Amino acid sequence: MEVLKIATAGSVDDGKSTLIGRLLYDTKSLTDDKLEAIERNSKKKGYDYLDFSLATDGLVAEREQGITIDVAHIYFSTKKKSYIIADTPGHVEYTRNMVTGASQAQASIILIDARKGVIEQTYRHFFINNLLRVKHVIVAVNKMDLVDYDQQVFEDIKADFEKLNAQSSYEEQEVTFIPISALKGDNVAQKTDAMSWYTGDSVLDFLEALKPEQEELTAARFPVQTVIRPKKDEFHDYRGYAGKIYGNSLKVGDAVTVLPSLTSSKIKSIEFFDEQYDEAIAGSSVTITLENDINVTRGDILVKSDEVPHSAKTLTASVCWMDGKALIPGAKYEIQHNTNRVLAKIDSIENVISTDYSGEDSSATQLTLNEIGKVNFKLSKNLFYDNYTDNKAGGSFILIDTQSNTTAGVGFIG
Amino acid sequence: MSKILKTNALESEAIYIFREVVAQFENPVLLFSGGKDSITLVRLAQKAFYPGKIPFPLLHVDTGHNFPETIEFRDKLVEELGLNLIVRHVQDAIDEGKVTEETGKYSSRNMLQTTTLLDAIEEFKFDACIGGARRDEEKARAKERIFSVRDDFGQWDEKNQRPELFDLLNGKIEIGQNVRVFPISNWTELDVWSYIEQEHIEIPSIYFSHKRETFVRDGLIWSASKYVYREEDEEVLERIVRFRTVGDMTCTAAVESDADTIEQIVKEIKVSTISERGARIDDKRSEAAMEKRKQQGYF
Repeated sequence: MEVLKIATAGSVDDGKSTLIGRLLYDTKSLTDDKLEAIERNSKKKGYDYLDFSLATDGLVAEREQGITIDVAHIYFSTKKKSYIIADTPGHVEYTRNMVTGASQAQASIILIDARKGVIEQTYRHFFINNLLRVKHVIVAVNKMDLVDYDQQVFEDIKADFEKLNAQSSYEEQEVTFIPISALKGDNVAQKTDAMSWYTGDSVLDFLEALKPEQEELTAARFPVQTVIRPKKDEFHDYRGYAGKIYGNSLKVGDAVTVLPSLTSSKIKSIEFFDEQYDEAIAGSSVTITLENDINVTRGDILVKSDEVPHSAKTLTASVCWMDGKALIPGAKYEIQHNTNRVLAKIDSIENVISTDYSGEDSSATQLTLNEIGKVNFKLSKNLFYDNYTDNKAGGSFILIDTQSNTTAGVGFIG
Repeated sequence: MSKILKTNALESEAIYIFREVVAQFENPVLLFSGGKDSITLVRLAQKAFYPGKIPFPLLHVDTGHNFPETIEFRDKLVEELGLNLIVRHVQDAIDEGKVTEETGKYSSRNMLQTTTLLDAIEEFKFDACIGGARRDEEKARAKERIFSVRDDFGQWDEKNQRPELFDLLNGKIEIGQNVRVFPISNWTELDVWSYIEQEHIEIPSIYFSHKRETFVRDGLIWSASKYVYREEDEEVLERIVRFRTVGDMTCTAAVESDADTIEQIVKEIKVSTISERGARIDDKRSEAAMEKRKQQGYF
């Protein structure tokens, strides 16, 4: 079945939990025992309505404080698709969670309270969707019931958002506006009669019709995860390179170059379990064998010989910082780029984006938790990489703290 | 006509995760319970490393209160695929006095498994334990990472988890720490059953409708067995049941069902209004039962 990964961000006040609850409820994805648990706990807390966040705030600390600390994953399915929602809190102190959610998403839902319009949180969410180049963005203008389903309110918010969108550097991004009432279910899973002036799809209909595979395809990248050598008599000389394909598909017979050694070969076979194929598309975890016996190990990347990316011992990237210990010039981190790891030193910080996204601070000397800024790195050895705008897999990396081993940040090259 | 691979996104993701485990860790192990999720993991691992063999052993933490059908199935699978199976017994930890057997109406060895698991991790120096937990099962599990770091006491620090971005999995740990890995995190119960149907994967007979001596407590159907504490007024009746989830006898409730093929099971689950873990007695102890167990090192 087709899987669609969606990211949502926003606070409880926007009705995000209600929207998710609605989607679950209307697609009959909420089982009786889970619904009863929500009813029981909502009543216990003295609420007049069902608080769906009680279903997603899975940790004791979250339920105690009534806040979402961490990304929650919510699953529902229709006859057509399986949906995975990464539900993230929208406040500035959760920027890292929003970035994490958006990094997995093929589509994103930005909620706006019809009474409040575009607010700082909207900017933040949209900026992150831009930076991460999430192709499909749904702007759901919620609580339309509280503004008498007034078309003008919706149009005004749309116009405000379009102004924001006009500054976007990601022209191919598709932004869709839908007026909804999550509480009443208007335009969530079904179209409503309450807003006859709206001729578009409901949120669910829109998601059902989405074809994420139509996303513009880029140069094929095949980072090698591990080498399969069966050491069985019938596979005596077998060397299969296991990995996942990113970008355009790979075909048997394709001339390929191995990075970083720059040795060349041809694809002899593309295998998945006990079957051989002529071609495999992006997202396929396959095993590839090559015509000649060359040295390939984990961390190497197979690319088509006419699509070799550039290489350098330096790189510049937008970094979202995710660690309590600030990023400062001179510090060393390990960069994990695809399946490869290389030591990197922070050369300088070019700028830090201000939290209200009104501008950049180029005098900043550090990047602290949840901040996004442009950082220059020096690398311990040559790295072949893409710009993130050209190729997501080849243009992204994480920074690993060499002492604590934690994932301290994420970088988008370019 | 050229033959193009049709990719199943969830399967591909799981295979990718298995390969990262083998590449990033020295001594991984697959936690095998004999339930449908761990059986699915075995199939995925087979695919990930074909034509090579599965490059890690299986570990079964045996409570001694298993359904005999599960053990029979486990041994057959291991034999057929030529797998390396390690079994460690909760009974040994009880005999050594490390843990005390629970007594009374709701007694179970479910909680005691954690000690045996942590001992086995130490004994074999496992640095990655692959498990079949899914995020849709339970709300604390919904917060799990794919690579979930545990300290040398096996504890889960749920408030301080590593961010996971794109496909970039960070398996770097200190000596003594270990990582719990969940390749089917993003699968739902229905995804697992559909996969079992599509792949013709064999599963233990207790998943299919059968006659069983049972009694009803708290609205759940319990197996009548010498391992399961029963009050005198809890009347044993033969019922037509099957199991939706398989733990040991003391913590898994049956459901009334006549589904005796995978096809019928899939149909049944599609219309079911009760969640899978609704039949898990171990989850009913409190609102935070799973989170508490995970903090202590449960998988």
